[in-house]
Parts: sequence; structure tokens; C-alpha cells
Amino acid sequence: MNAKTPITRTYLGIPVPRPKVAFFELSSCEGCQLQLVNNEATLLDFLSLVDVRTFREAMTEKLDDYAIAFVEGSVTRADEVDRLKKIRGTAAVLVAFGSCACFGGVNQLKNRFKDPAWVKKEVYGSHPIETNDTARPLEDFVKVDLQIFGCPVKKEEVEKIVTNVVLGKSIVQPKYPVCMECKANENTCLFDLGEPCLGPITRGGCDSWCPNSRFGCWGCRGPTVDANVEQMREIMNKYGFSEETMLDRLECFGGFAGHAAEMRKTVRRGGPAWPPE
Amino acid sequence: MLFRIAEKTELKALFDMLAEKNTVVGPVQTDTDRKGKPLFAFEQITDQGKLRLDYTTTRLLAKRYFLPFREDLATFTVNGGDWTKDIDYHIDRPYVFFGLHACDINALNKLDKVLMGNVYPMPYYVAKRMNMFIIGIDCRPQPFCFCRSMGADTVLHGFDLFLTDIGDKYFIEVLSAGAYGIIKDLRTETPKESDHLQYMRTVAEKNKLFTARVDTTDLTKILDMEFQSPVWKQWGDKCLGCGTCANVCPTCYCYGVEETVDVGLQKARKTKSLYSCNIVDFAEVAGGHNFRPERSSRLKYRYYHKHRGFVEAYEESLCVGCGRCGEACLAGITVPEVIASVRGEEQ
Repeated sequence: MNAKTPITRTYLGIPVPRPKVAFFELSSCEGCQLQLVNNEATLLDFLSLVDVRTFREAMTEKLDDYAIAFVEGSVTRADEVDRLKKIRGTAAVLVAFGSCACFGGVNQLKNRFKDPAWVKKEVYGSHPIETNDTARPLEDFVKVDLQIFGCPVKKEEVEKIVTNVVLGKSIVQPKYPVCMECKANENTCLFDLGEPCLGPITRGGCDSWCPNSRFGCWGCRGPTVDANVEQMREIMNKYGFSEETMLDRLECFGGFAGHAAEMRKTVRRGGPAWPPE
Repeated sequence: MLFRIAEKTELKALFDMLAEKNTVVGPVQTDTDRKGKPLFAFEQITDQGKLRLDYTTTRLLAKRYFLPFREDLATFTVNGGDWTKDIDYHIDRPYVFFGLHACDINALNKLDKVLMGNVYPMPYYVAKRMNMFIIGIDCRPQPFCFCRSMGADTVLHGFDLFLTDIGDKYFIEVLSAGAYGIIKDLRTETPKESDHLQYMRTVAEKNKLFTARVDTTDLTKILDMEFQSPVWKQWGDKCLGCGTCANVCPTCYCYGVEETVDVGLQKARKTKSLYSCNIVDFAEVAGGHNFRPERSSRLKYRYYHKHRGFVEAYEESLCVGCGRCGEACLAGITVPEVIASVRGEEQ
């Protein structure tokens, strides 16, 4: 990881470029970056593929000459806008890294508070801090070149993307929903087990991470290209889940914010209770 | 065809004989659904007690043993400027399938035509298929079963042994030389006329239990006529485009191939993944044009492949009527209902 020592990797005898990359976090749990650091089995391979200039979670050195910036987190404070714009000014490629950066993530739940002032008082009490009333994705402030979805990101997917970048291959992200990988993993359908799941409308690529553990999908990767949200709503209803159960999930990570807002307009009250009897 | 009769207690002897030297795959209960109904799947078993020959259609398939969802077609090892290629058909031993229903054996026979019977057989499939010993078992039709409409409720070939429960005994069809070699070590008898009658009675009773049906009369012509029918849009509006129907289908074989390089740049692989024609980018081509951007057209072509194109090519449908797609579809899209709507019949 020593940035001063050049490592020249080759593929089929041809030297491959070693792009200078940096990792940053705005408002987030830093869990997406942790995914990479945690990946001991391939960490050294990953680090020799790129020249890491800044990665606060993993190293002390901080250098600000980088070509690719991976930015985790959503924008929730005014100073973060300035930081983000500075990063954008340096990086040739800016990657929204994880669902907070792509959609606002869990943070954007606060966008629906009716009285943000009361919430701030309740949380911070006599130690007020300056925060915006909304948590926003990066693309609301700067141009984003690539989104890597997930809460957290799937490290195998990040490695694949970075490998393809280094080799000059195109980056292809799945357009199929979570159900495809869930079926390939031979899971019992969560609906058969009486659990709600957004798998049919959520972008895949996570290897059905949650359903593999019998935990219904909450849509962290946002809607699939052709998401049939209206039909999903009918199905949730048919299986006895309330409209709020579906809205909770649609609103959780921000990828479905538009769909959720649309659904709120026609929400059917007094639906079946959760858990169903 | 050779017919034999065996006491039910001989089943254990048959199982033990096969399990001694082979890997046996059979139906077991793997889950219980929210209504308390058992869910079955095909798993490797060593204990005959776990075998559930009374199983109803499994949600998932035995297909993974011969057409895995994901399979590396080749792996490459990079040595400097050179590389070596390894091909593995991913079959290291023969498998015994203990208790496949007629529909699933018919599905294999259909796959054989596509993957073994043409100019370019698929070796990954052939290697697995040639190393199978299949024991069929009769079944009780479920409300979603329409195999009888598709001519797949009985099976003529593609298995080694077929067992039919005729009360206190099994009526056994012996189809292969391998099966004969095994059956001769079991205590079996030549069926008497009364056993024949009992067999025929069993089959006749089974036939009465079918409730779901698909009218296939003139279906290829009707599908041609109704290409612009408004029903496709109606079903397309319901469809989630999630691909589950193809993933639970015993005859779906469409796939995509991806080439990836491992993060260490020392290995690369070419991976085949089964895909579904209902997924949004199924008909997307280089340059980004999508021939079937609407869910309705994708769903329609799924039906055209199963019930029209394949019939014209092979004189049989690519659907065996197992009903899995309809059972697994959260939106409740079932083959009998879709076909009936195309035919203008009220459901």
C-alpha cells in the first residue's frame, strides 16, 4: 500500500495501468469501505491493482492526487457539499459508493420528518449541531460517473468493477432483480414462508444476500430497470401485508423514494395488520 | 418392456443397493410453508427414511444436477504472457435419481433433443445426462398439474426403472439393461393378470384427479392468429419480470455467458448462467437496442417459444405441464389461464 513503490501488474504479459484511487466518506457508517478492508483473502490483490492515495479507514497517509474517487455516504451538512465539490474537481471519475451515496441511504429516512427541529432537539439536546434538513445523494450536487449499489456494497462486485476498469473492460451491472440470484441459490421464497420481500423489484447483484438468511429484501440496491412496483403492491396486499409494511421498505434506503411518494398519495389505510394472523 | 411386481419392503433393498456405491438424489422435505404445507426439493440422501416418494411437485428442480444455474465452462490460468485453459464438465460420479415424476423425466427428454440431439451437443449436459440412473415414481395430480394436457403425465423413455404404487405393491417397469442388472438381485415377481388390472385401475383413478387443463388443440395456429391480442398487454401488466418462471421451469435452458478476470489477474473464467426471457435485457443487443423492452412482449415470446416455436421444430411442446411456473409466480400468472385467455375462453 506504500504509494511510493510502483507495482506494475501485468495481464497476459501486458502491463496494466494502476489507477490512483481515493476513498472518502460523507455521512455514513463507513460500512461500505469496511467491506473492502475486511476482505482479507483478496485484499492484497485488490491493493496491488490500484494505487491508494487516501483511505482514512485503512491508512494514515493522505495524498490528494487521485484519478478515481470512491465516495461513500450522503450529503447531510453544508460543509460536505464543499468537500464533495473539491473531490469532484480533482477526480476524473467519481463513484457513488454504496446506497447512501447513490440514493441517500438510511439517512434519507429523515427527509420525511414533519418537524426536523423537534427531532434535532430530541437527538442532540443541548449540544446542537448544524445539519441540513434532508440527506441527499451525491448526484444532487455533482456529476456522478458510476454508481455501486448496496447497503453495504458487495465486495466481490466492487473487485469485479475495479478489475474491469484496470483491464479496460466495460462495466456491466445486473438489470435483473434479486429473485434471479435467490432462485439460483435455491432459497425457499420468503412469501412462501410468510415474510414480505422486495426481491422481485429490487436490482440484483447482491447474490440475494438477505434472503439467503431468510430475511426479506428491503430494496437497498434500488429499483430494477423494469420494476413493476404497482404489481408488487398488489402482491403484498394479497399475501396479507399492510401498505405501511411495503412503504417502510420502499422508503428505507431511498432508491424507491419516487415510487414511495407516489404510493403515499393513494395509500389504503386500515389494511391487514403486521404480522399477519 | 419388462414388468415386475415387488413388495413395498423391497424398496429399502433397492435403495441400499444403489446407495452403496452411488450418490443418490431424491425428494426430501426441506421446508414448511406459511400454511403448514410441506415443501420438497431434490437433495442427496444416504438414508432411505428421508426419501419422500409421496412428495408433491418440488418448487425447485432436479435440473441443477444437469443444468446448473451457474457453471464455469472454462477456467484459464495466466503464466506471464501465456495461458492454459482447463475444461471441467463438473461430474465426478454417476448420480442415481430416486423418484422423479413423469413430468420431470419428460422434461429431460425434451432437453435431450435440444442439448444432445443436435449438431453441436453441449458436453457439459451430455456428460451429466449420460451418468444418470433414473427411477421414476407415479404421483397424485395436484390442483396446478396439467401434465395430462401436455401429454407428459406418462413417460415412455428416458428412465431406467419406473415404480407405480398399486396399493401394497409396486408395479415396476424395467427399461434399461442397467436396471435389469439391479432388479434381478431383488425379490420381484412376474405380474399376474390381477396386478395388470390393479395397475390399470390405479392409472384410471389418477386420471380422474386432474382439475387443471390446457386445450392445446390448434394452439400453434391460434397463437399465430392472436399475436396482437390485447391479453398479452394484460398479462404483461401483471408480470414482475423477475425471471422466476424460467428458474423453476424444468425445460428452460436459455443462458448467458460472461468472461471475468479474477482480481489477482492470474485466473480468468468463462461462466455460463441460466437466464430468463422475462428479464428486461434478455433481448438487448450490442449497441444497446432492446428488441423486447416491454414486459408484455417478453412474456408473450416466452409462451411462443414453449407452445409454438418448439412445437414447430420438434412436434411437441416445450412445456410438460408441471405447473411450477404458476405456483412460483407471485403475480399468479399460470399457463392454463394465459392459454385460455388467448383462446378467448373465460376462466
